Amino acid sequence: MEDRQLVYMDHAATTAVDPEIVQAMVPYLHNHFGNPSSIYSIAREAKEAVDSARVKVAAALGAKPDEIFFTSGGTESDNWAIKGVAYANRKRGDHLITSKIEHHAVLHTCQYLEKQGFRVTYLPVDQYGLVDPGELERSITDTTTLVSVMYANNEIGTIEPVKELASITHEHGAYFHTDAVQAVGHIPVSVDSTGVDLLSLSGHKFNGPKGTGALYIRKGIRIDNILHGGGQERNRRAGTENLAGIVGTGKAIELATTGIEEKGARIRAMRDRLISGIQGSIPHTRLNGHPSLRLPGNLNISFDFIEGESMLLLLDSFGICASTGSACTSDSLEPSHVLLATGLPAETAHGSLRLTLDVENTDEEVDYVLLTLAKVVGRLREMSPLGKPAT
Amino acid sequence: MYSKTVMDHFMNPRNVGEIENPDGVGEVGNPVCGDIMKIFLKIDDNRITDAKFKTFGCGAAIASSSMATELIKGKSLEEAWEVTNKAVAEALEGLPPIKMHCSVLAEEGIHKAINDYRIRHNLPPWEEKAHAHHDEKEDCGCTTCNTG
Repeated sequence: MEDRQLVYMDHAATTAVDPEIVQAMVPYLHNHFGNPSSIYSIAREAKEAVDSARVKVAAALGAKPDEIFFTSGGTESDNWAIKGVAYANRKRGDHLITSKIEHHAVLHTCQYLEKQGFRVTYLPVDQYGLVDPGELERSITDTTTLVSVMYANNEIGTIEPVKELASITHEHGAYFHTDAVQAVGHIPVSVDSTGVDLLSLSGHKFNGPKGTGALYIRKGIRIDNILHGGGQERNRRAGTENLAGIVGTGKAIELATTGIEEKGARIRAMRDRLISGIQGSIPHTRLNGHPSLRLPGNLNISFDFIEGESMLLLLDSFGICASTGSACTSDSLEPSHVLLATGLPAETAHGSLRLTLDVENTDEEVDYVLLTLAKVVGRLREMSPLGKPAT
Repeated sequence: MYSKTVMDHFMNPRNVGEIENPDGVGEVGNPVCGDIMKIFLKIDDNRITDAKFKTFGCGAAIASSSMATELIKGKSLEEAWEVTNKAVAEALEGLPPIKMHCSVLAEEGIHKAINDYRIRHNLPPWEEKAHAHHDEKEDCGCTTCNTG
């Protein structure tokens, strides 16, 4: 085999912690290890570090520092936002609205609440994965307390019209939550210009450490706690702070949002070259997601006649890390709920490939992926009983 | 998640392709579920002299097709009929529980191909054990099991 290089194009799954961020974190694992709740000097340093990270996260979102609450990640933030608002406002209403293409952290939380007696409407999406604000208008009632629609989808990268959705939600007196785990650090996100009331983010999606995230809660929102215990995070989220993780997330969001437009443009250029390269060299493909309203690094393409897991295994043998919406890599029989919600037939969803790029990817890597992908798809199509053995 | 043997048969699949003028063909699976397996047999004097396959599916489906065709080559039809999904999975040094249905597809594909041959020769088809794999302790995850 020729030189095997490693090409990581699965940044929507997770990212490596930047060395600069590791450096910022290390002192808080060792020298400044104090519990931020204690009163001696090393604890004060810890407390200051948490506050400073909070200021950075707030600045990145255009929020106030006291509206930022650190959590263990995107899943906890989503759980907190949805369960917390649902329970705190139960007297006012028992209806929640979300979309069919949410992350499971949102979908499974909503399904849990249905078992607890809440009613949930799952808004459909169009062929590009866009939620129609008109559908929200038709579904929302006086008993709706929360609408939760993601900022950008993790599989197909579609950016949702959150500003419009939040505005409709507010006209009906409900709160708007957005799972912005895929958006923060990749496209400019502002809580004020969108008007969202709650926003979830996760550090490891923008070169921060795993196990740290945050929930933005606009001042004045009625929300219950879901973690009960000590008085951390201003009595809203119990549990000793993940000090180094919080420091890392603060540093990461600062770095990620610096020059975010320029970085986005570079990533988008590489991504677009990949898309046109694939479409130009491989027949029988379909681009999933929206042609323009999508995250700069996201590419999701279905290849007819072949299955995604075998594509990933072959790509891995060439050192390329990618992802698929095929059922065969999950623990269920169903292919991606997101792709099915866009109307894609199951057999096409099984043949989907997701590549998610970041600034550290290079033009050489794009060339290598294009070359390798054509080989891999050709080889699997040769083996497939479906279609014509096109290469 | 896959054994070395599964990866070997996936990366270097044996017997890929079609047989011209096959004596028996069996196609099983469903594109909606993400796997289709097509088995081609050359049969001489009641013996499988060649076996090939074409498969749309995951790594386990391709490896199962490769191993199954290896296992039946040279066998009499009676012997080949007795090659169970378990035998295919064992020869592959095991499959993850959720992937057991891939070995079931291979067994069913062979049965279909053999019966195709028998029907072509005006012989009564043998009874296909559609749920042979139900003896397995784990839920194999296949649609046959799940739709009941």
